[in-house]
Amino acid sequence: MRSEMKRALLNPIVDNNPITLQILGVCSALAVTTSLLPSLYMCLALISVAALSSAAVSAIRHFLPSSIRIIVQMTIIASLVIVVDQTLKAFAFETSRELSVFVGLIITNCIVLGRTEGFAMSNPVGLSFLDGIGNGLGYSLILIIVASIRELLGAGTLMGMTVLRTTADGGWYNPNGMMMLPPTAFFIIGLIIWAVRSWRVEQVEKPEFRIHEVHRTEVL
Amino acid sequence: MSGYVELFIQSVFVENLALTFFLGMCTFLAVSKRIETAFGLGAAVIVVQAITVPTNNLLYRFVIEPGALSWAGLENVDLSFLGLVAYIGVIAAMVQILEMTLDRYFPRLFNALGIFLPLITVNCAILGGTLFMAQRSYTFAESVVYGIGSGTGWALAVVALAGVREKLKYSDVPAGLQGLGIAFIIVGLMSLGFMAFSGIQL
Repeated sequence: MRSEMKRALLNPIVDNNPITLQILGVCSALAVTTSLLPSLYMCLALISVAALSSAAVSAIRHFLPSSIRIIVQMTIIASLVIVVDQTLKAFAFETSRELSVFVGLIITNCIVLGRTEGFAMSNPVGLSFLDGIGNGLGYSLILIIVASIRELLGAGTLMGMTVLRTTADGGWYNPNGMMMLPPTAFFIIGLIIWAVRSWRVEQVEKPEFRIHEVHRTEVL
Repeated sequence: MSGYVELFIQSVFVENLALTFFLGMCTFLAVSKRIETAFGLGAAVIVVQAITVPTNNLLYRFVIEPGALSWAGLENVDLSFLGLVAYIGVIAAMVQILEMTLDRYFPRLFNALGIFLPLITVNCAILGGTLFMAQRSYTFAESVVYGIGSGTGWALAVVALAGVREKLKYSDVPAGLQGLGIAFIIVGLMSLGFMAFSGIQL
């Protein structure tokens, strides 16, 4: 049981990362990564929604008719997101302005619905809760890496504190404005996927078509 | 009138939901392997977006917005915290109604779009369009234009990406970038291309 719990918690972080392997939840994530602080709030919001919705769905899984399960899951997730959204508005108003619609978009984040539907519907409450936290952490890892790179190279700061003094302040670093623009987020995710897959070779996808090896019989 | 044209151009190119706001990425990457499927999904997104954004606009103006219930004599009621759950309910219901209507009256269209409709309920581009509409307080006419425009922008991006990925399968991609990795790099390059539109003023 103990090892099963550890697996539910740690497996999604690198081996089965929701973003790099399952292509889930990239949607609402990338737009908030121009600086680190809003990204951290976004991670906390997603972890709490994923963990609590998985636990809630798992708790009622025996009473849920399968024909209406999706709409029930959506309602649970939407209610939790409203709680998170109102909490952010009350205690971190500036950040919630910065995150704008993207907190609301956690509702349609495929990680949350994917975990409630794929894991919580067939597993006990405690395990589902840990699975939710694990997947939230896997998402957070990618988000934090992307946000640190973009804020550091784009503005020379981390969490708003100066790390590389920019030329505008009399320092030596000339900030790369490109880092603040949307395309960079795609490039960084692509490069992270490349790095992860060079390290964990079993995650590499098989090409559909090979130019140099079509003469070899096992490809045909 | 020119205001509406400008809003349309802006929502298709400058503020493209997929390429500048990263919305609907999961479906965007999963369905862009072939042009025909990408085209079907794109058409379904345009239709659903053109219906749900104006519907949610009416809901927002007459029920959700602070003070919106004044027509019922309840000036001090603020239901804005219910927004998220109301919008997602409307989207799910609209998709269901659309599916049933198409099945009953347009069976050929249903066969073409049918499999994509359930996917659309959980597409963030649809909910994102509604949330941007509410945040920017569009009027009803503006919301119709914005709905059609943002849906068209998303469809354009997904079809273009499918075109690139169809050709890409004959190229020699490094092993670790195969599939998902190279798709992200291409989307980044497309997004860079769409940024060229950002200075356009009509």
